[in-house]
Amino acid sequence: MSLQVTDLRVYYRTLAGDVKALDGVSFEVADGEIMGLAGESGCGKSTLGNSLVRIDGRMKHVGGRVVLDGVELPISDSDAMDEFRFNSISIVPQYAMSAMNPTRKIGTMVADLVEARHRRFADLREELERRLVLVGLTSEVLDRYPIELSGGMKQRMVMVISTLLNPSLLIADEITSALDVTSQKAVAQTLVEFRDRAFVDSMIVVTHDVSILYQIADTLTVMYAGKLAEKAPTDTMMQVPLHPYTRLLISSLPEVGVRYEEERLQGIPGSPPSLLNPPAGCRFRDRCPLAFEKCVEEPPFVEVSPGHAVACWKAT
Amino acid sequence: MLTLDRVGKTYKVGLFGGKELRAVRDVSFDLHEGEVVSLIGESGSGKSTIGKMILRLLAVNDGTITVDGVDVAGLKGAALKDYYRRVQGVFQDPFSSCNPIFKVDHLFNVLRDVYFRDLGGGAWQEKQAASLATVNLEPGQVLHKYPHQLSGGQVQRLLIARALMLDTRYLVADEIISMLDASTRIDVLNLLGDLKAKGLGILFITHDLSLGNYISERTLILRRGRVVEMGPTALVFGNPLHPYTKALLAAVPQLHDRWGTKGEVAAMWSAGAKLFEEPCPYHAVVPAGPAAAGSAAAAGIAPALVEIEPGHLVGCRRDPDSGPC
Repeated sequence: MSLQVTDLRVYYRTLAGDVKALDGVSFEVADGEIMGLAGESGCGKSTLGNSLVRIDGRMKHVGGRVVLDGVELPISDSDAMDEFRFNSISIVPQYAMSAMNPTRKIGTMVADLVEARHRRFADLREELERRLVLVGLTSEVLDRYPIELSGGMKQRMVMVISTLLNPSLLIADEITSALDVTSQKAVAQTLVEFRDRAFVDSMIVVTHDVSILYQIADTLTVMYAGKLAEKAPTDTMMQVPLHPYTRLLISSLPEVGVRYEEERLQGIPGSPPSLLNPPAGCRFRDRCPLAFEKCVEEPPFVEVSPGHAVACWKAT
Repeated sequence: MLTLDRVGKTYKVGLFGGKELRAVRDVSFDLHEGEVVSLIGESGSGKSTIGKMILRLLAVNDGTITVDGVDVAGLKGAALKDYYRRVQGVFQDPFSSCNPIFKVDHLFNVLRDVYFRDLGGGAWQEKQAASLATVNLEPGQVLHKYPHQLSGGQVQRLLIARALMLDTRYLVADEIISMLDASTRIDVLNLLGDLKAKGLGILFITHDLSLGNYISERTLILRRGRVVEMGPTALVFGNPLHPYTKALLAAVPQLHDRWGTKGEVAAMWSAGAKLFEEPCPYHAVVPAGPAAAGSAAAAGIAPALVEIEPGHLVGCRRDPDSGPC
């Protein structure tokens, strides 16, 4: 078992009070699993990814445990996390374009980075060059400044750097969102390739784009308003989604291979609740076509079939 | 009818504008009332430049844009004001169209000062409420609020309502869905469909093929400022002719059809170079190839696009900057 997260709660401090961006999230990621994490903006999916790597000053770790390969991560202690970051847990940030130090040549920057982890750059250089070739770059880029690279090249470079020390877990946060379709596909398949070559054991791919996840993820997890709504193997999620939110979300996506003519897709009326004072009970209740009396109680996130868990009274 | 005829745009770039970047070249198409035309292209393909030229936010370098027979470039003063009565635009980031220190009513008030000065308070309120109703918003829900108090979808619909308060007949919708969430974007798309049915002509600019496929009657595929393929949406998506269109369609992630077995990852990154190995349908019709860009004399002889099947046009697969096809 690679990653186990139990009842994780991370809030944002604001003047108006705590924004409960992650409110009791529990899940597991198996060895070799690519877990896709989808949801609307503000549902807490990026907070989940970030809190596994770095809890910054605005965030507050309120409760819950994170265990990676049998070792509990001290996620609320940023200094103690230094030992794990980049070594065993790593992130490819959303804006790869600005993730590299603009004043250093890329090779120098990578050397600084690995030496800060007490590794010799000379030992790693050969492997680094092999991986650059794998993503279609030459070792010449190491003598260049980030500004000399195109957006797609920077994205690939950051992916290679992030995984250089073969971390156990990689978080990829919206890394395809700012790219063109053709680069999107290349980035997505590069992630799969990295997993297949065991550069990383498992991955959490965070994105709002369910169709990208369908292509590459082994399991899909859908978040809604700071909580997990549903987690299932990708094909199960597409064929038999159980949570009404997942169902409505999937059915509202237009596709390329379909002729629509006069047919119309339906959106989901309403908007997600504020996380400042979220309502008790099921948070999707106000927008849910199936809501009934019991929904004022909070539905537990329970497994209904192997690997398929859902938080909905109607589904269980 | 809004018509673009061999429109081109060149930007001056580099230090002191010493270099030229041809952002749009030789683009011709029509937009009729009651029709959605989608303009699909990757970043840097010139799709937003075309929208901005139609809205007169940028000057046209070559060719002409005409609306109902009147050249847009020469409009000034009252004629320009009248032009904006008929042609309006909505852009990608709804919040960047609002001034954050004013309530959203400000958007409407500016419009009132310019176009509806003689309208009484009550009549104005009514007009405002009616236009909000067309985009499925309740006045009480959105008015007298600051932009940050509303969701992106609400502000975007508000901006569409504002654009439609005039006698708008053509709407330039530049990536208006991209910033919205999946659960609300379909509502805005359906709204465009309703407006189309009421006779509005919409130029739907997007990088997302699935949105273009859903909403539009006709599709134009842009690459590096040129239209490489255009035609009825069903034909462009169902029977793509240009290798670039095929490559785009192959890369789109679908929900019920996975990408085939993956090859070498390194090769995928340079997939663009391999686009042009298939025979060129353009050359089957025009063996000599397209005229050199900008040479007006040759333009009449060799059109930029040729018709392969009814309404379905395709351009040369050659890159205008690279060698012969």
